[in-house]
Amino acid sequence: MPPSSASYIEGLSAVAESVISDRLSRRKTRHLRERFIEFILFSAAAFSVFVTLGIVYVLVSESVVFFRQVSVWDFLTDTQWTPLFDDAHYGIMVLLSGTLVSSGVALAVAVPLGTIIAIYLSEFAPFSVREVAKPLLELLSGVPTVVYGYFALLFVTPLLQALIPGLPGFNLLSAGLVMGIMIIPYVASVSEDAMRAVPMSMREGSYAMGATRFQTATRVVTPAALSGITAAYILGISRAVGETMILAIAAGMQPNLTWNPTEPAATITSFIVQVALGDLPHGSIGYQTIFAAGLTLMLMTLAFNVLGHVLTRRFRQAY
Amino acid sequence: MDQAALGEIRDLINRHKRWDLIFAAVGLLCLGIAALTFTALVIDMALDGAPRLSADFFTNFPSRRPAQAGILSAWVGSTLVMLVTAAAAIPVGVSAAVYLEEYAPKNLLTAIIEINITNLAGVPSIVYGLLALGLFVYAFGFGQSILSAGLTLGLLILPVVIVATREAIRSIPSAIREAAYAVGATKWGTTWDHVLPYSLPGIMTGVIIGMARAIGETAPIITIGALSFIAFLPPAPIQGEFPFLSFEWLMAPFTVMPIQMFNWTSRPEAAFHQNAAAAGLVLLLMTLSMNALAIYIRYQLRKRIKW
Repeated sequence: MPPSSASYIEGLSAVAESVISDRLSRRKTRHLRERFIEFILFSAAAFSVFVTLGIVYVLVSESVVFFRQVSVWDFLTDTQWTPLFDDAHYGIMVLLSGTLVSSGVALAVAVPLGTIIAIYLSEFAPFSVREVAKPLLELLSGVPTVVYGYFALLFVTPLLQALIPGLPGFNLLSAGLVMGIMIIPYVASVSEDAMRAVPMSMREGSYAMGATRFQTATRVVTPAALSGITAAYILGISRAVGETMILAIAAGMQPNLTWNPTEPAATITSFIVQVALGDLPHGSIGYQTIFAAGLTLMLMTLAFNVLGHVLTRRFRQAY
Repeated sequence: MDQAALGEIRDLINRHKRWDLIFAAVGLLCLGIAALTFTALVIDMALDGAPRLSADFFTNFPSRRPAQAGILSAWVGSTLVMLVTAAAAIPVGVSAAVYLEEYAPKNLLTAIIEINITNLAGVPSIVYGLLALGLFVYAFGFGQSILSAGLTLGLLILPVVIVATREAIRSIPSAIREAAYAVGATKWGTTWDHVLPYSLPGIMTGVIIGMARAIGETAPIITIGALSFIAFLPPAPIQGEFPFLSFEWLMAPFTVMPIQMFNWTSRPEAAFHQNAAAAGLVLLLMTLSMNALAIYIRYQLRKRIKW
């Protein structure tokens, strides 16, 4: 028996109280710490929104200054692009034609090759081929664009010159072809994902009716995955439109309103590179043109991306 | 069934099956075209560039005489820019991904953040260059420095890091988290001690692929106005006297590998093209080995971990 049980109990409860208050305060600090960490993580996620806002702010604010001096109508309809001359003309059509022609050539390569590769990998290829082909495509998309540019200018162009006599050293064709090779992995992997998302039961149903692999692939799987495949094409277009270095190196940088891929021409992106390589003072009209060009580019790719994602979402909801 | 009808059906089946073979051949052919282009690119670059690859090439500054030109300032510049890029993109990207996977409530704000990240991934790299030109170079006054370039590329690869990290985190079964909560761990304790370590290989894959992309990016760095002829090195980060660490290099002018290669490619002399090929070969080896490493880590991951 302790000498005085009352004081003993009192002592115990004092200990308990201090333990409890200690626990409570620790829980409080723990809670505060948790909230603080959550806030930091949230800021990191929200930061990405500020990046977009920053892009929009920079492009729009510089373009507004630009469009105060050049009317939007002239910008869209003028057929000359000579922003650095005394007699300055700002017709974006000139750059746009280069962008569209080179993208067209690139898609003419990437769409058929990418689709066939996707169908082959998803429906035909044995496991061992897939295991080799997928990393190969990934490596292909990992090649720096400046290396592709070198390849277009110093390997593909001489090759094409042997086939097409009189082809100039800089041309949209070779840049577009190489760009197409560069885009194949994107088109192939997004289309293949769409095809693999088609449920197995649909294929089995088709086989049960006596269809062959080819018939199943072209008449069941491809139509079922069509919106996903379209999304892949659109993402490919957006890549092609935004591609810079291959065109800056292999297509020449002189503005040229043309629809002929065998001619040299500047694109929106290669014009920005050309201006940035020179020494334009901050705030001059020449400096602002690259932001107006950038805004045009941004709006184009944004439209394509939104369309692509809408289509991707639709195919995901289908099953 | 009489023999004639049976034969006709067999014929029909065989005819259709022939298409299977034809398509498989066409598919292999298309893959072959992709593979052949890749091989041609590597071999072309190697044939042109390999004779220029020597120790001198790595220790010489660029020069007006092609035979003496080297990539010293370019590879040092690339390394320093990559340091800044990694320091910017990894913490922000991983934190954002952890928030979106572990913390984010399902509401409008989260949806906006998610759509925004998907869109950022599709923004052409040159637009990031324009952002950096307007914001980092002029508004923030960082100038045409290593800091500006590193931050620009950091923003550029942010979506890659976020998407890869989210995928890695998502593949961890919730039983792991529940076990941690059951023994009284807090949310952050669970994330830091369990979720992040287990998703580390996946995060590494994403970071490596992102860095491989950043190291080959040319357009945004040209846009912020990097010079292509740099015949000096930025100040060393480690100094002989107190305080030993110096951050002067962050503000130094610089050049990087792809810009050096672009500069050499756009000259008319064939001798400079050889230098460009050699620089391209080094760049290609760097990016391809980084990509291969990422593929290998993913392969190992898929093989080893069975939840």
